[in-house]
Amino acid sequence: MPELETITETGEYILNVGPQHPATHGVMHLRIKLDGEIIESIEPVLGYIHRSIEKMSESLTYRQLIQMTSRMDYLSAHINNTGVALTIERALQVEVPQRALVVRTILAELTRLASHQLWWAATGLDLGAVTPFFLGFRDREVITTIFEEVCGSRLTMNYIVPGGLMEDIPNGFAERVNKFLIDFEHHLPEYDQLLSDNEIFLARNVGIGILSKEEALSFGCSGPMARASGLSCDVRKWHPYDLYSSLEFNEVLLTQGDCYARYKVRIREMYQSIRIIKQLINQIPEGEYQAKVKKIIKLPEGEYYERVETARGEFGVYIISDGKSSNPYRIKYRSPGFSNLASLSALATGGNIGDLVAIMASIDLVIPDIDR
Amino acid sequence: MSLSISLITYFPIIIRLILSVIGVICFFAILGLFLVYAERKVAAGMQLRLGPNRVGVFGIAQTVADTIKLITKESFTPGMADKFLFFLAPFIVIISATLALAPIPMAKGYQFWNIDVGVIYVPAMASLSIIGILMAGWASNNKYSLIGAMRSGAQIVSYELSVGLSLLSIVILTGSLNFNEIVMSQDNGWWIFKGHIPVLISFIIFIIASTAEINRTPFDLPEAESELTAGFHTEYSGIQFAMFFLSEYVNMFIVSAVAATLFFGGWMPFHIGHWAAFNDIMNYIPGPIWFFGKSLFVIFLIMWFRWTFPRLRIDQLLNLEWKYMMPISLVNLLFVTLITIMGWHF
Repeated sequence: MPELETITETGEYILNVGPQHPATHGVMHLRIKLDGEIIESIEPVLGYIHRSIEKMSESLTYRQLIQMTSRMDYLSAHINNTGVALTIERALQVEVPQRALVVRTILAELTRLASHQLWWAATGLDLGAVTPFFLGFRDREVITTIFEEVCGSRLTMNYIVPGGLMEDIPNGFAERVNKFLIDFEHHLPEYDQLLSDNEIFLARNVGIGILSKEEALSFGCSGPMARASGLSCDVRKWHPYDLYSSLEFNEVLLTQGDCYARYKVRIREMYQSIRIIKQLINQIPEGEYQAKVKKIIKLPEGEYYERVETARGEFGVYIISDGKSSNPYRIKYRSPGFSNLASLSALATGGNIGDLVAIMASIDLVIPDIDR
Repeated sequence: MSLSISLITYFPIIIRLILSVIGVICFFAILGLFLVYAERKVAAGMQLRLGPNRVGVFGIAQTVADTIKLITKESFTPGMADKFLFFLAPFIVIISATLALAPIPMAKGYQFWNIDVGVIYVPAMASLSIIGILMAGWASNNKYSLIGAMRSGAQIVSYELSVGLSLLSIVILTGSLNFNEIVMSQDNGWWIFKGHIPVLISFIIFIIASTAEINRTPFDLPEAESELTAGFHTEYSGIQFAMFFLSEYVNMFIVSAVAATLFFGGWMPFHIGHWAAFNDIMNYIPGPIWFFGKSLFVIFLIMWFRWTFPRLRIDQLLNLEWKYMMPISLVNLLFVTLITIMGWHF
């Protein structure tokens, strides 16, 4: 469609949602063709915050480029960092100490909790309920405080280095996490009281934006988005890393594929994350927190691909090394948000413009993750 | 000669008019400031926050400061807007809110205008505001504003039916459209207690429908910020925005005052049948306290909705009215009529 046209020849209305719009959670631009309030077509326009992270990473050393991944999906910063560190460790065949693995897993699950809390808060806000926003942030604040004590940073952690952790965990880490778990288990039922069982919330979400299993597969959706459509894709189960192979947890699978199923998957994942942390938090082993890795890392020549499960889905790291230099020849990230966004057109076309907000909230987009 | 005589004759009336206009404006300003403050405190209480607490004691001057800020800001008019209609719209909205307040008795004999058709007059005046809202949406030359205004139009016109029907149930019970007579009819108990379940149903319908009338959550689609940024007043700023904002709160007060008057007896103290001694004790609490106390209770209910519920979708909103609330109101009205004819109420 032409740039400045607002009404087409056939009488459809063209509405630009974004780049600055409260429902897009960032600088994303959706160009929507409307027939009355019915969406005829929807086209995401990307590129507003492209920072060329992959290209920049080619001129950074392996230790430096980890911190760029915190700036992608900033709500899963720990898990993204783990993904890159994991690729480097497996390429170098480094044995990561047990203590580092345990702490990494705990922090990854705390990150997932924090991300889902923020998503829950924003979902409420998008659907017009302001109070969930504050309840979600109440619990997230505790987690970010724990992160701050661990690594001095609340959002873009950069705590994980190839071979383990940057620093040892502070004293009282386990007590703080335990206290948080006790509080949060009391708070989670409040989430259900306020939104999950609310009639209006059900009316806005049940049967809205249905994604079939085949579509989820063909769009490359992953994470809660795909699991709500019945597609089993949990990297923690299929390609275990860290300590996930030895832990007891369930992959949450639902089959409805609508907005409410995606909502339910995330809520239930929070319970699973709590379960995982509980298995580990009282058994953090003593010992080294970092394996011996050279200061200047050079990967052997070859191609490496590893994946981790972030709060939004499968995050893949693909590194080509020429074996000579201390920075990658080429690096490519497979970010979950980009593929999940691809399904937006299938979800929203033919629906009501009012449903778009609910659908966007249920995809759980983080724009810097889509637009790297 | 005759001119000066007529001036002298009309002088007291002119003075009285000016004084009442000043009085109404002051009442409005205080009402708006207080309700905004109350809303922020109620919201804070429900959201684990403190709310305004820096300007003045307990932050009571916060809304005054906000108002001064809004007044001193530029009222920006978009370049492509229809300038005259854009300017006119907020006045229509606020005038309709002002007029609707006139016949509501705040204490025995304290009322701006004692009119015989008060119960019809209030919704009639309140629904004039839709003209201002449509005007604002059209004149802004903004797609979000236009969609917001159209939604608002559909919503207000639909929900007026339920509001009207639930008001009628009290009119049938009392046989009068005059607010004073309705209050006096509750001398031996408020209608919500006297009228059995049908009156309770019409009270619930009234609260739901009037929440939709005043565009508040869960029916705040005209200004659904995650979809339409700010709906029909997206392009408004400064004092013009303040007028929309003030009229929203005045409308909320009117709705609550009407609910309090019709269902909770207005300024009438809490009386139980023929318990003369008990009723005498209750009479020691003055009428305005009863009236404002009841109105504030209903306002609290409406605020409670806002800070708890998510928002409906526009088609769900219209379905709720046409498929559920309207039929229920109609059937309920029959029951009220039956109760009145058979004299089953207390």
